Amino acid sequence: MNRLLLNKIILMLSTLSAIIGISFLFWILATLTYKGVSSIHLSTFSQDLVNGGIRNLLVGQFTMAIIASLIAVPLGMFAGIWLREYSNGSKLASIIRNLSDVMMSAPSIVIGVFVYALFVAPFGGYNGFAGIIALAIMMIPIIISTTDNMLALVPKELREAGVALGGSKHKIILQIVIKSAKVGITTGVLLSFARIIGETAPLLFTSANSQFFTMDLTEQFPSLTVSIYNLATYPDEASRELAWSASFILTAIVLIINLTGRYMTRNKK
Amino acid sequence: MGGRLFKNFSFFSATLSFFILIGIFSILFTYAQDSIHHFGFDFLGGEIWEADEDDEDIGIFGGFIPIVGTMLSTTIAMIIATPLAMGIAIFLTEIAHKTLIKPVSIAIELLAAIPSIIYGMWGLFYFAPIIQSTFGGQGVGLLTAGIVLAIMIIPFMAAITRDSMNTVPDVLKESAYAMGATKFEVIKDVVMPYSKGGIIGSIILALGRALGETMAVAFLIGSVMQIPSKITDPTTSIPVLLANNFSEAQGLEMSSMYYLALILFIVSFIIISVAKFYFLGKKVK
Repeated sequence: MNRLLLNKIILMLSTLSAIIGISFLFWILATLTYKGVSSIHLSTFSQDLVNGGIRNLLVGQFTMAIIASLIAVPLGMFAGIWLREYSNGSKLASIIRNLSDVMMSAPSIVIGVFVYALFVAPFGGYNGFAGIIALAIMMIPIIISTTDNMLALVPKELREAGVALGGSKHKIILQIVIKSAKVGITTGVLLSFARIIGETAPLLFTSANSQFFTMDLTEQFPSLTVSIYNLATYPDEASRELAWSASFILTAIVLIINLTGRYMTRNKK
Repeated sequence: MGGRLFKNFSFFSATLSFFILIGIFSILFTYAQDSIHHFGFDFLGGEIWEADEDDEDIGIFGGFIPIVGTMLSTTIAMIIATPLAMGIAIFLTEIAHKTLIKPVSIAIELLAAIPSIIYGMWGLFYFAPIIQSTFGGQGVGLLTAGIVLAIMIIPFMAAITRDSMNTVPDVLKESAYAMGATKFEVIKDVVMPYSKGGIIGSIILALGRALGETMAVAFLIGSVMQIPSKITDPTTSIPVLLANNFSEAQGLEMSSMYYLALILFIVSFIIISVAKFYFLGKKVK
């Protein structure tokens, strides 16, 4: 075949792939907006699931994701700090780094099964704490890897300047190293928050779901994502419409947090 | 004093991910004991999944159908996703004008950020009917699940492939152009061989993602315990079976569910490790 023709065909096919990819994004977003916005009413936000709204689901989903972050962010950051500042490149550090990398891609449903065995079955029922733990387990490896990579970008001279001023090691880490890696770490936290707030599989049989407004983490806990899964399979039109508005709101939240995170790093440069 | 505490706590946090991983493995293994003891490796080939109504400690459970369903849906996804992701990566590194690179990259990354349950909703109500009218069948089934799965993993594959294609030194490409090579020849003979490791790594990593994907597939694969005879037939997969039936299972059936989770965990562990450490290289700076 003519090489120039072959060249043209391949380049066209590549461009076509990009167009296909973007079309799917717009197709999904357009569908969500069209189906979602038309079925949102004021009562969608003011009522709980039992009365056809998603107030309790939004509060529940955010409560679990926020508490999970409060657990995962400090643990993940401390782990990242140890890997980068204290481990001195030891063998153990590289094992931990690798395992944490693998954990990042572990199937979320398996994490759900694991948490069920430890925190649901022994306590006799679904509970909000179990959901939080499952989300935190998903989040920790992401925070570790972000912190690790961001601390690596901090120039050695800054640390040396700290030592020259007579700062102790942990003061240098807290007041100099972390400070200069702040933006990158915050972006990582936002991106991982955007990821766990949209998770369904690890919640299915840990916190499960609740139709009512509750803040009691020892009971079944309301979840936006689990509700979407349930509502979508109900035959009646009202449930489906609610599932669409819930999907629209969830996607909007996830994409806004995600874009905020990206925007922050862009400003840095 | 404070420094010591700080150091010790950070060491404790670092070892935590190690213990979680060991914890997952040992918990799954322990709870799967009953089923492993009953069925051993024959579990992998057993086509029957039947609980006994009176006694939860007997029954016949084999993982063949969900295992095959997982493999087939993943295979379909990989066949569709790989060329498209390569195309997108080539577009972003070699073709797109500077002003286009950023918006297209962001669009592809947003595609990756959309929660999987949304892909499920959209797939069930908008994509499945299209598949049904084009290929027949019931709408939900292997093909629908495979295609939507492909859309979900394309961004991951494209992003990693793009990053590794970006590492190709311009000098190499320029010398090929100087010899009169076309863009395609440069991609095929310079860019691809140079970034081979990253490309293969991205494909395997995406494979690992596809294997464990739950919610989108749960909407779309049909959740029927049968071996598919056509590509449009509904079947089930390991994550989907777990998502739908895990919490209601008891006794030996529950143990068999843990067995399936263990298999999924080990397989993804191996796949991800191979991708990360063999092809993508350790990211130690």
